[in-house]
Amino acid sequence: MSAATLYGLCSAVLVGLGVFGLIVHPQPLRKILAFNLIGGGVFLLFGVVARRGAAAGFGGDPVPQALVITGIVVAFSATALVVALLLRLFQETGQATLRLDE
Amino acid sequence: MTIALAFDIGLAVLVLGLASWTIATREAFAAVVGFVAYGLLLALVWVRLAAPDVALTEAAIGSGVTGGLLLGASTRLRRTETPPAGEKPGRTLRLAAVVLCALVSAGLAAIVLLLPEPGPTLAPQAAANIAATGLGNPVTAVLMAYRAIDTLLETVVLLLALLGIWSLAPDRVWGGSPGLRHHADPDGVLTFAAQLLVPVGMLVGIHIFWVGSDAPGGEFQGATILAAMWILATMAGLVDAPPVSRRWLRLLLVAGPAVFLAIGLAGYAMAGAFLAYPAPYAKLLILTIEIPVTLSIATTLALLVAGPPERAPQQ
Repeated sequence: MSAATLYGLCSAVLVGLGVFGLIVHPQPLRKILAFNLIGGGVFLLFGVVARRGAAAGFGGDPVPQALVITGIVVAFSATALVVALLLRLFQETGQATLRLDE
Repeated sequence: MTIALAFDIGLAVLVLGLASWTIATREAFAAVVGFVAYGLLLALVWVRLAAPDVALTEAAIGSGVTGGLLLGASTRLRRTETPPAGEKPGRTLRLAAVVLCALVSAGLAAIVLLLPEPGPTLAPQAAANIAATGLGNPVTAVLMAYRAIDTLLETVVLLLALLGIWSLAPDRVWGGSPGLRHHADPDGVLTFAAQLLVPVGMLVGIHIFWVGSDAPGGEFQGATILAAMWILATMAGLVDAPPVSRRWLRLLLVAGPAVFLAIGLAGYAMAGAFLAYPAPYAKLLILTIEIPVTLSIATTLALLVAGPPERAPQQ
């Protein structure tokens, strides 16, 4: 098995783990962490596709690699926004819960 | 089994182990620490996949800055960690989640195993046209020339996220400084580390930005290091976050996207298309874009971590 395939399978498990955490954790912060785990898995899958496209003297296809760099930065900005929303919710209500009834 | 394969298997097992820890552990703080370690190991995976540019980005942003942000949030939210009994998922839901996740993973694994051989690639096209850009790093060529529109939109997305965060500020502190003023012991380890690391770190950040045109690196990685140095200096109390209403701060934030857009529009006149560069000046124009973009991204990232304004502006 090549390294690319190995890490491809690794990324598949990472996405599964992230989806699991997203569903079972009631705390929003843990959901954010799980969501970032899914992101890591998806980016890694991109990396595997890039690695399989090695050609023309490059170790990998630079197009998906550049897309992943963009993706990581955008994922960070989304995380920063959602963390700010969560902290504001905590400031306003003294709680950090997604429950609707009160 | 070769040494390389053994290393790859060990690395994959460690990454999956840390990811499981992030999900399974009880305390949010421990989960975030696991996440930071997971990100750093993921950066090693990127090196193994021959993507050093992505490895730098993952280590700096995916693990470093995101980790710092989440660590801060987990300390603030520590009091809310134990959810009321009614919020914990029941056994049926957990079982359903396990089945769903197994299906997702199996589906993705099947896709990985069934990918076409040889893999489709744009590398030959990227190599064929790289001379026209004057760059040596194909990833930078994709970011700044072939797919420059993605990068332009990305700088705008960063600004939009910052606007979203600022808009969460209550009315009375609008225009004030983000976060609380940090005070550290002036003779303490943190202050010493900041005084020692910040100048070196700034040089490293500028270096990584500068070599990005020919070697692994680039504006995102360099900007993140610059942002991290600013965050370190504020944590040590050496500098304070400026009020968000300052005009110079806002100019710094929009300078990158504005210059990028202006040169992109000038592409219509110079080379007949949006974001097209005339070949003899391609590298000069790319550098003219990259310098303000790096400054803007560094400022935006630092302010994204600092959060919404929390102190009323001083009159």
